[in-house]
Amino acid sequence: MSPEAKAFAVPAGADTPLRDKVLRRIRSRPTTRGAAVLLGIMVALAVLAPFITPQNPHDLAALSVMDNRLAPGEAGMNGMTYWLGTDSQGRDMLSAILYGLRTSLMVGLTATAGALFIGISAGLLAAQFGGGVDAVIMRVVDFMLGFPSILIALVLLASIGRGVDKVILAIILVQWAQYARLMRASALVERRKEYIEAALNFGLPTRHIMLAHLLPNSVGSVLVVASISIASAITLEATLSFLGVGVPVTQPSLGLLIANGFEFLLSGEYWIAVFPGIALVLLIVSLNLVGDRLRRSFNVRS
Amino acid sequence: MNASTSVPIIELRGITKHFRRKPTLAERILMATGRGKAPPVLRAVDGVDLSVARGEVLGLVGESGCGKSTLARIVTGILRPTQGEVVYEQRPVAGLRGKERLDFLLKVQMIFQDPYASLDPRMKVSRIVGEALSVHKLLPKAEIDGAVDQALSEVGLDLAYRERYPHQFSGGQRQRIGIARALAVKPDFLVCDEPVSALDVSIQAQVINLFMDVRARHGLTYLFVSHDLGLVRHISDRVAIMYLGRIVEIGAAASIFAEPAHPYSAALIAAIPSAKRRKRAFEPLKGELPSPLAPPPGCPFHPRCPQAMSVCREIRPALAEISPGRSAACHLHTAPEAA
Amino acid sequence: MTDPATDPLLEVRGLRTVFHALDGAWAAVEGVDLSIARGEVLGLVGESGSGKSVTGFSLVRLIDPPGEIVAGTISFAGEDLRTASEERLRSLRGDRIAMIFQDPLMTLNPVLSIGEQMSEAILEHRQCSRDEALKEAAKALSRVGISSPEARLKQFPHEFSGGMRQRVAIATAMLNAPDLIIADEPTTALDVTIQSQILFEVQKLARETGTAVLWITHDLAVVGELADRVAVMYAGRIVEIGPVDAVLDAPHHPYTLGLLHSSAANVMPGQRLNQIDGVAPRIDSRPSGCPFRPRCPRALPVCAEHDPAPTEDGARSFRCHNPVLVGEAA
Repeated sequence: MSPEAKAFAVPAGADTPLRDKVLRRIRSRPTTRGAAVLLGIMVALAVLAPFITPQNPHDLAALSVMDNRLAPGEAGMNGMTYWLGTDSQGRDMLSAILYGLRTSLMVGLTATAGALFIGISAGLLAAQFGGGVDAVIMRVVDFMLGFPSILIALVLLASIGRGVDKVILAIILVQWAQYARLMRASALVERRKEYIEAALNFGLPTRHIMLAHLLPNSVGSVLVVASISIASAITLEATLSFLGVGVPVTQPSLGLLIANGFEFLLSGEYWIAVFPGIALVLLIVSLNLVGDRLRRSFNVRS
Repeated sequence: MNASTSVPIIELRGITKHFRRKPTLAERILMATGRGKAPPVLRAVDGVDLSVARGEVLGLVGESGCGKSTLARIVTGILRPTQGEVVYEQRPVAGLRGKERLDFLLKVQMIFQDPYASLDPRMKVSRIVGEALSVHKLLPKAEIDGAVDQALSEVGLDLAYRERYPHQFSGGQRQRIGIARALAVKPDFLVCDEPVSALDVSIQAQVINLFMDVRARHGLTYLFVSHDLGLVRHISDRVAIMYLGRIVEIGAAASIFAEPAHPYSAALIAAIPSAKRRKRAFEPLKGELPSPLAPPPGCPFHPRCPQAMSVCREIRPALAEISPGRSAACHLHTAPEAA
Repeated sequence: MTDPATDPLLEVRGLRTVFHALDGAWAAVEGVDLSIARGEVLGLVGESGSGKSVTGFSLVRLIDPPGEIVAGTISFAGEDLRTASEERLRSLRGDRIAMIFQDPLMTLNPVLSIGEQMSEAILEHRQCSRDEALKEAAKALSRVGISSPEARLKQFPHEFSGGMRQRVAIATAMLNAPDLIIADEPTTALDVTIQSQILFEVQKLARETGTAVLWITHDLAVVGELADRVAVMYAGRIVEIGPVDAVLDAPHHPYTLGLLHSSAANVMPGQRLNQIDGVAPRIDSRPSGCPFRPRCPRALPVCAEHDPAPTEDGARSFRCHNPVLVGEAA
């Protein structure tokens, strides 16, 4: 052990509450701080989209086809200025992007939450019961992780059709296995500790040991990894939507917006694809930066 | 070799605990084709008979890997023996179910070695100490707080600390929390597994004193597991010395320390460092503990024994009474007939 | 402080090592003076957080940020290690000064065989052939009681048990016949019979090669058996230092006395031990005046005001306003 580690073994400086530690880590790096601020703004914009956008892009009655493919900054027939231009339907790109952000974030967060729930439950059960339960769960996990995630999602969506709920289902199916594996590993480490033996010594019910001791002590690293995986859930959704098997056209996400603009990219009408693209990149990069910082401050290997 | 006077509170009969590593995939394939061998069995505890009389302190001594911690966990019901039976108050523990089994688990409490790993880091002290009471509904909800406070004050912890988390305490205080947690369920018997070896020297004495106070107050019985012979001699009425999963000598503490019958006991006692002895000048015991995966044939101690005879290499000596209340597993004491 | 030997190998004066934290710099070592003569074993005793390990590491400047040595001189064979260049220190550390840690895996490389790393250590500091170096290494192994050393040289650290590894670490440390070995709790993790073997061997080596040893431990009893002199640390200070017999038989500082008295050997079996109440102060909350005052049964009003300066008494020195006098202790 290094001398400084020893010197601080007794002082409780290292024992500051988790929340303070996280906040301090995030504040301490300018890049991370910038990313956290950007992420906060994007989430706020997505949540508030219905109240702040100049137009409701889903309301076909509000759109004017006459205004189609206007360049950024041009004014439309109704006198409204389209700061980011319009698409082929005459839809205001700024409004479409904010609504798309909303869809993307909603899909990413819901899918991650669902995958976490299933993954954590499966991992916890595997670690607690071992033996046959463990073997079955972990073989399924191996099987799932053996295929490229995009392939599984494509096959599933091709067979059940597109739709927000179905995309979420596909992402859950693709992502739960990694959480299960991680949860099992960290729960197995905790299970060997003496406080679990103490719980056994008190004859506490297995369910209680799992939920009150094992779960809170081993879930931390899984949640940290999940914070990074939100980004990959959103990327996966965008990819699926871009390929035309994701969200329906009535509720476009950033990926679908990019796909819609793609055909006009070569004819010089760049804004229809590029602006949603920039929004997607900013979202993914800021999510990754914040998540990575979290991961490093908890020393979790993904 | 029961303690002569009173009924045993706990009796171990032929306790054996084997650990077998799960074969790896490659090994399983080899085994299936008849070419590989199963992984070796680790005999952590290998045929131990032991009884602890109500009210006594039995010290269990040995070096790391001798099986003393495994034995402690078998006594408390945390581990199940591979063979043999644990008898608590005349009733085999393996046959206990439901309420009766819970009674046994709560009456036989364990104090752990590592004050950092033995408390759930995400629970407050009040919850740690009161957990068993509330989960098993041993007390009405309204009385649990009072019981927790009583246990905490009994171990000398300020009640102001009850809503703190374990990381806010020093090692000695955490060990007190562990003792309070055990006392909260009103045990008869405490199994202490190296309870002070992780603590600072000046704190060890405080915790040992606490153990002695608590015992005097509640008339508890202790199984005190330690590698520190000085401490064991101090706190124990009887002492059992373990080597490679077996008891090699057992008897009254005073007589073992005064006149060890087994050469291993003698070597252990000679190795206790003492501030009163200066500039050690004798040749210490040679060699190291053999691997419990492949114990030597005959007496497991013979490769290190300064008095090894030819019989020791072939026949394993059984634990036999050499004087009233005193047993040893050594051919030196059975030699005339056996050799 | 007077030194028992006329020519100390290592002389430390006013060593102060601090650790920088968000809320200030805290002194882990607060003005330590000590010296070691050639062939002498000095036992440095203290509890966790007393600064004993930081002292050991400071002597060879193995202190990384946030730690910093802020004051003092460290004179080793006439050379000031505090101002020496990093290269000079590095070459001294492998050659004239050797380190042994509680965990021998800190010094042993897991992917090299024992023979490779030991001969490497020799070749780095000496001109000789590889075969000669290996022979030398085998000799060093047999000196610490390892049988069939030639075969052992071909093995890797993971093939050794803990006690064997620590012996290999000690043999490696002794390879270049260093002037000084700094050993930080080297037997704490080992069983008593193994500890007893290692104490025996270190003592023999110090006697035969004239190597000086700084033995850092929490165990006064080990020091009693091994050391020529003992220094007791508390809260970053050496509170008492002197010849082992004098200090352990008639301690002047109440803390030394308390440690000795708290041993189970001091009372009849079954009786309460003589405990020292309270806990050692944390590095960031040491009391004013004498840091031992809150736990001291002999504290006087003056102890709260002034941190006692060292009092010299022949070969001994202690820091206490109300020292235990000879005859009083018993």
